[in-house]
Amino acid sequence: MGIRERLSGNEAVAYAIKQINPDVMPAFPITPSTEIPQYVAGYIANGEIDTEFIPVESEHSSMSATLGASAAGARALTATSSCGMALMWEELYVAASNRLPVVLALVNRALSGPININCDHSDSMGARDSGWIQIYAENNQEAYDNFLQAYRIAEHKDVRLPVMICQDGFITSHAVENIELIEDDKVKAFVGEYNPENYLLNAEQPMAVGPYATSPYYMETKKGQREAMINAKDVILEVGREFGAMSGRSYGFYEGYQLEDADYVMVIIGSAAGTAKDAVDILRDAGKKVGILKVRVFRPFPAKELALALQNAKAIAIMDRAESFSGEGGPLGTELTTALFHAKSTAKVVNYFYGLGGRDFRVENAEAVFEEIASKDNIEPYQYIGLRQ
Amino acid sequence: MKDTVEIRWHGRGGQGAKTAALLLADVAFKVGMHVQGFPEYGPERMGAPITAYNRISDSVIRVHSNIYDPDFVAVVDETLLESVDVTQGLSKDGGIIVNTSRPKEEILPHLKGYEGKVYTIDAHKVSMATLGKYFPNSPMLAAVVAVSGVIEKDKFLDEMQASYAHKFEKKPEVIEGNMNALKMAFEEVH
Repeated sequence: MGIRERLSGNEAVAYAIKQINPDVMPAFPITPSTEIPQYVAGYIANGEIDTEFIPVESEHSSMSATLGASAAGARALTATSSCGMALMWEELYVAASNRLPVVLALVNRALSGPININCDHSDSMGARDSGWIQIYAENNQEAYDNFLQAYRIAEHKDVRLPVMICQDGFITSHAVENIELIEDDKVKAFVGEYNPENYLLNAEQPMAVGPYATSPYYMETKKGQREAMINAKDVILEVGREFGAMSGRSYGFYEGYQLEDADYVMVIIGSAAGTAKDAVDILRDAGKKVGILKVRVFRPFPAKELALALQNAKAIAIMDRAESFSGEGGPLGTELTTALFHAKSTAKVVNYFYGLGGRDFRVENAEAVFEEIASKDNIEPYQYIGLRQ
Repeated sequence: MKDTVEIRWHGRGGQGAKTAALLLADVAFKVGMHVQGFPEYGPERMGAPITAYNRISDSVIRVHSNIYDPDFVAVVDETLLESVDVTQGLSKDGGIIVNTSRPKEEILPHLKGYEGKVYTIDAHKVSMATLGKYFPNSPMLAAVVAVSGVIEKDKFLDEMQASYAHKFEKKPEVIEGNMNALKMAFEEVH
């Protein structure tokens, strides 16, 4: 039985970091970063953990220092949000291509402009092609649980990729909710010690990290990253099962809610899934066969698994909390529609944009989406919802 | 689904409306309930109107939107009555609690014909009498608990005593004043 607590999402992730006691945490200590480095710095100052905290002058440097520490052989991480992540862009790719198993605690917030501090997924969705594993949370509990699983996935010998643990800015990061924490000894046993096979500080085996790759090498490196990302699928499932055996909360690529017999399904990521579940309960009470597919893992993209889970749906609403400005679908919409095409799905698909820049997503919004896909035939396939009238 | 009590706080940046919402979440959690306490962030500056929210329930809370149809509203700064529609969506079966030294009759005209119960508390008076300084948080928190009934008074006071003992471990002399502020607020909210 876990420990009953109430924490904000930021506190929950900081607590997970404390329990893991990683070796090095470089972080930019002010906005746009989050309270997470602040809490961790507090744990270190109080002598509760012996993580080396490196305050740096920018997010470009925080990720650079994280990669340096990881290449040297340390278990390293950093935390950021929004434009802070944008400033890390170059290093995100460096992390993935050098196969450094670092973890980024990301609080999803809108990118400028207009200047906005609130939640959407434009930061991480923009980085979807950077080679990072991406795992999203509905609430504080999931942010905490996902973080505890991150190093097991990142450091697995078949994977060795960086992992981004995402949660919704303010909506979960700054909201205090009930949470069940896991005892320290159980966490330590689950996460385990990091024993890198190759690392810079190993004098027995000199190596180079991040050298120039001429054309004859670059493409093979990318193929290697691709294979690692595909391998990550089994590892994510295995770690999610093992986590379940330890905590009672199992995790996979997605969570279905009233999905099994649903004719009308909403596919959604993050905190809005909880809101949509309340809408499902209301509509189920009225006899409507609606359900939710909440995507937890966006990278690697579980295309076949999602298409299979949607095989009985008559109509599907794919919800994107980030623009991609193709003029058509958003990141989730486009990729999931491709997956449905390959699975020869004949379901009606509508891709909605919602919640950009913190625009509130209400139970009523979710109900309206369900009602639209259930009742109309010719629906505009790409739509903004929740706009002011 | 209305086993959840929803509360909206109106204050100004720096007055502690967010802190009051987090304190309420804290104490409700401690008596065994499911809670949410969260602020709505706009431009972050002292004095700007801010909103904070609580959901308190016997069962798991999944919804993650703001609150539009609250059961109770707490107005920490009465000057907001001029500029913010504080009773918007407020259930007429619930109530509004306004921090003011003015008589209730002077407040009513600002409430746009709100049909539910209207309570006032002079948090300034309570705070000055018990703490010697103006901290509207504790009296407003107690007033909300008193009016909403989300937590029994005795349980609430016991938990707050424990919470202050922890929070003010190094300043135990302020614990009594804060507890008196809570107790006095229970008497002063009408």
